[in-house]
Amino acid sequence: MKVGVVVFPGSNCDRDLAVAFQDAGADVTMIWHKDTSLPQGLDLIGVPGGFSFGDYLRCGAIAAQSPICRAVVDHAKAGGYVYGVCNGFQILAETGLLPGALLRNANLKYICKTIPLTVQNTDSAYTSGYQTGQELMIPIAHHDGNYTADADTVSRLQGEGRVAFTYGDNPNGSVGDIAGIFSENKRVLGMMPHPERAADAGHGGTDGKALFKSVVGAVFGALEGA
Amino acid sequence: MKARVTVMLKNGVLDPQGKAVHHALTGLGFDGVNAVRQGKVIELDLAETDAVVAEKTVGEMCEKLLANMVIESYKVEIL
Repeated sequence: MKVGVVVFPGSNCDRDLAVAFQDAGADVTMIWHKDTSLPQGLDLIGVPGGFSFGDYLRCGAIAAQSPICRAVVDHAKAGGYVYGVCNGFQILAETGLLPGALLRNANLKYICKTIPLTVQNTDSAYTSGYQTGQELMIPIAHHDGNYTADADTVSRLQGEGRVAFTYGDNPNGSVGDIAGIFSENKRVLGMMPHPERAADAGHGGTDGKALFKSVVGAVFGALEGA
Repeated sequence: MKARVTVMLKNGVLDPQGKAVHHALTGLGFDGVNAVRQGKVIELDLAETDAVVAEKTVGEMCEKLLANMVIESYKVEIL
């Protein structure tokens, strides 16, 4: 399985994300944000956490308009996998690939801690390695993770099984405790928590590891079956 | 020609920063404040000389980048 991780000025979880995918068996290429096209043959694009373009204007807004993001949107629209973590989730929401937006945390504080996360839907390449209702301990580190969307969108996401993860103890004011959501085809996942920071024993926890293993395994399986 | 864009969170979208400012004002003894909403102002210096065209173009800028239409509304003033 071939993964590309996009690097923006201000990305700071790009290498963590690359290592998590490599450990799961993926072949990883880094992609610079000024590139206008993606390398051939990528199965999944990772959009990492950090502070792309200094969070100027709105978190993720400038990155979402960069040339490479147009290629990422095209990749998703053609049925490709796209995985956005933290700032990556904010960027995917800004591109419109995922509905809703991330507002300033309700308590106005930057929150950096490991929190309980509940797996809501295991019917996806990303979450098939977990059990529905399983509780994971995953770090968060954000100032703008307060997920919001209109009531119709939220009930549609919930009704269609597109809420991937919810917070056990809502840290940021997100509507419906939503921590991560899927696209309609469940191949695009955006989430505020950082599974790539809980994917090695040295991190102090490995609850995030199964996400990378299952998506790499699922896409490998699909490729072998094709 | 100059244009001023005011971007505000839509009504009904929680504005924690506005709330914090409200709280601080109350703490300073300004009791008559019913609510505070915080937004941003963006000033543009444009080559365009036709105000109608400029307003339309800046509107497109708002829809595409300056405002996030999911949570924000905008107002364009040609100065």
